[in-house]
Amino acid sequence: MEALKPIDPIRVQKIIDSFLHKEVYIHLETTTGAYTSHHNQNSMTIVAFVRNAKITFSQGKIKGTGPYRVGLKTEEGWVYAEGLTDYTVDEQNRLLMAGHDRDGKLAIALQISETPFS
Amino acid sequence: MEERLLVILPHPDDESFGAAGLIALKRKANVPVTYACCTLGEMGRSMGKPLIANRETLKDIRKKELEQVAKILNINDLRMLGYRDKTLEFEDEEKLADHFEQIIREVKPTLLVTFYPGYAVHPDHNACGEAVIRAVKRLKREERPTVYCIAFSNDRFEHIGEPDVEIDISEVADIKIQALKAHRSQTYSIVEKIEEGGKDLPQFQQFFHKETFWIYPFDDEK
Repeated sequence: MEALKPIDPIRVQKIIDSFLHKEVYIHLETTTGAYTSHHNQNSMTIVAFVRNAKITFSQGKIKGTGPYRVGLKTEEGWVYAEGLTDYTVDEQNRLLMAGHDRDGKLAIALQISETPFS
Repeated sequence: MEERLLVILPHPDDESFGAAGLIALKRKANVPVTYACCTLGEMGRSMGKPLIANRETLKDIRKKELEQVAKILNINDLRMLGYRDKTLEFEDEEKLADHFEQIIREVKPTLLVTFYPGYAVHPDHNACGEAVIRAVKRLKREERPTVYCIAFSNDRFEHIGEPDVEIDISEVADIKIQALKAHRSQTYSIVEKIEEGGKDLPQFQQFFHKETFWIYPFDDEK
């Protein structure tokens, strides 16, 4: 099983570049956890995900000193994620990036693949 | 009538938090238990400390954990229904109820455990409970199982009162702990606390000594 490891921005930049100008599928997600407002009535539960949006990007960058930001410039807009801490390229050649808190809980994910996510 | 327990819950680990004691006690008494788990909890947030899972591997990891837990709880019949985590409430309610109805008619439970619709916090919990109740309502009164609902929303007592059933699970508390531990990818932070202070910590007293349920009040049975 592949666990993510801390982001190496130079390596990740090269991997992002390998997807340039290709039709790719993305999974973009952010979550506070489904129980946030149950545990603290002053906070809101916020969850969003898009799975298998098909995009092509002409420019893609990873920026920051960690946690990192990634921006992908698409034909008619942008894909943006902030708070990314860890990454891997899995056996299907997909770039999986995520931001985890100290307890290993995922708060954001941005994943890029040439084939749809199952 | 021969006793049979059917548990319908949306996420692997819901059974361990809410009904592991009841399930273990029923299996000790040789009552057959079917567990229909709607999703594989693939959108869970916990990835392990250190990280062991990622968004794409979580599904397989949680599936293995669920299979392991079914062994620990000695569940005879485990069914994974193949819905996607977080999406139950967006499915067609009637179709979801059809699916549950088919399982209920086949298993013919005398007792059914699910979440109390509206009082179970997570949207998947409420949607699962709602569709189960919808399915049970389609049965003739004499065919219906007793439905034990799990409720834990902060406003539950205000709306549905005190639980109708309180089960002493002390004699199977160790099985419940084992089950929770086996859902390792999701329960590591809780397991850490249990291991630091033991299950007799005040905050776990309730958790490992009793389970409580509300019996669903069907309008036409009042």
